[in-house]
Amino acid sequence: MLTVRRFFATLGPGVLWLAAFLIVPALVMLGYSFLTRTDLAQVGTPWTLESWGRVFGYDALFQEWTGDNVRVLWRSVWVATLSTALCVLMGYPLAFYIARQDARRKNLLLLLLIIPFWTNFLIRVYAWILILRPFDLVPSLTATLLGMVYAFVPFFVLPVYSSVEKIDWRLLEAAEDLGATPARAFMTAVFPQTLPGLVAGILLTFIPALGTFVVSDILGGAKTALVGNLIQNQFGQAGDWPYGSALSFLLMGAVLLGLWAYARVAGQKGLEELV
Amino acid sequence: MIRRTHPALSAWAWLVYAFLYLPIMVLVVFSFNDSRFGATWAGFTTKWYGVLFARADVREALAHTLEIALLSTLVSTVLGTLVGLGLWRYTLRFRTALTGLLVLPIVVPDVVMGVSLLMFYSFVRQGLERLGWTFDNGFWTVLLAHVTFQISYVALTVRSRLAGYGPELEEAARDLGATGLQSFTQVVLPLALPGVLAGALLAFTLSLDDFVVTYFASGSGFSTLPVLIYTNVKRGVTPDINALSALLVLVTVVAIVAANALLRPRRDT
Repeated sequence: MLTVRRFFATLGPGVLWLAAFLIVPALVMLGYSFLTRTDLAQVGTPWTLESWGRVFGYDALFQEWTGDNVRVLWRSVWVATLSTALCVLMGYPLAFYIARQDARRKNLLLLLLIIPFWTNFLIRVYAWILILRPFDLVPSLTATLLGMVYAFVPFFVLPVYSSVEKIDWRLLEAAEDLGATPARAFMTAVFPQTLPGLVAGILLTFIPALGTFVVSDILGGAKTALVGNLIQNQFGQAGDWPYGSALSFLLMGAVLLGLWAYARVAGQKGLEELV
Repeated sequence: MIRRTHPALSAWAWLVYAFLYLPIMVLVVFSFNDSRFGATWAGFTTKWYGVLFARADVREALAHTLEIALLSTLVSTVLGTLVGLGLWRYTLRFRTALTGLLVLPIVVPDVVMGVSLLMFYSFVRQGLERLGWTFDNGFWTVLLAHVTFQISYVALTVRSRLAGYGPELEEAARDLGATGLQSFTQVVLPLALPGVLAGALLAFTLSLDDFVVTYFASGSGFSTLPVLIYTNVKRGVTPDINALSALLVLVTVVAIVAANALLRPRRDT
């Protein structure tokens, strides 16, 4: 039984730490999103909904709807979707390839997959400048996409791989014995078994792709700014914390909504297995 | 059971691996390039490594990176291990909420975590100034931020390590006359240890690697290697950064191979 004393001896310190440096800052951020920018990076009253209006495209100063932000949000979703799709295309077959090797090779291949994954993120993105510059591709949207796929493909492969590892291949044989074509046998007997890993992999790729500002900042340039860049800019040059807060909250809300939906389908165990 | 892999599948796999290693190879090759501008090859040199080691800001950032990583790993390993043990040992009414809290730092985009900490520190600073106290963003604010995202990884690693064991292990130890502390240090902790080590290693690497949260939590006077790399890349590419990157890749490879060798036999027991 968890008594108060035991709580403070085990879960307590960690939970309190997370409350203090995760939940409280989130609440501060929520509060700031309703304040007004008074000076560069300064906030004050009056409390207002202006920043939230801007997030959804309403400009209070000119009292009109502008498409600028909505375009950035739309581009972010689109770029994240496209880079996730490319990760699926690259990574799904790779997970099968790795899972079907003997134990020694499997370990080596996983190690080879993890090394770039654990190499500093900035270095990995930066390296693409060296490669793409001679082709005059930096900055561009193509470069951003390439950088994202490169940075996130290991995130995708690992959960899919652990799903493929657990596949009951007898189902495939049964399907083949019953006369299914290879494609049909795969779709009915193998693909559904990889779904948990596939969904986890897509989430683990899509979420960082949606939130990143580093890749688009280094490889994309101003014309291909994503929501991450928009947020960063509010805390840098633009110095508009309330607006940056509202944007951050929107981004966080979108991610949490997606996870909530995932947890509804996959259950608590699925949520734990995601990480 | 091992099934034959289709040649097309093998070819695809090798293409993906080539894609993954191309940038790393390019970095290493260009760190030995005798040209200020990386795009063309102008002969072999090791001078950029010399230039790199002569830079005081690089040495300082390296020291910061290691200090933050070591200290934050220590704190988060203790806190995270305790949370992991608590999750394992007790049936909790608020388990779903707690899991949510632990998953949060892992799934929330790091830019959101970074800016919320930036505002939080500013908020706290304003409050403290009224009391006559003040602080600058720097070592401590970065340290607190790192511990915050590390705790979850340690807790979840420890918890999943213990997932296969039941509470009867502790009960058995108690029945055999162990005190609470003895059953913890002699039964539970040894079982959890591989998870604790793996969690600590993960926390350490995450700290070394983190750019976004550090960038927002650090203020202007304090940088770690990733932050330094970012500022240098933004200013324009210099070849000594290629050398730094190549060295970091080397360190990563050595660390992962070592960790793999260290952790694998224990994990199987």
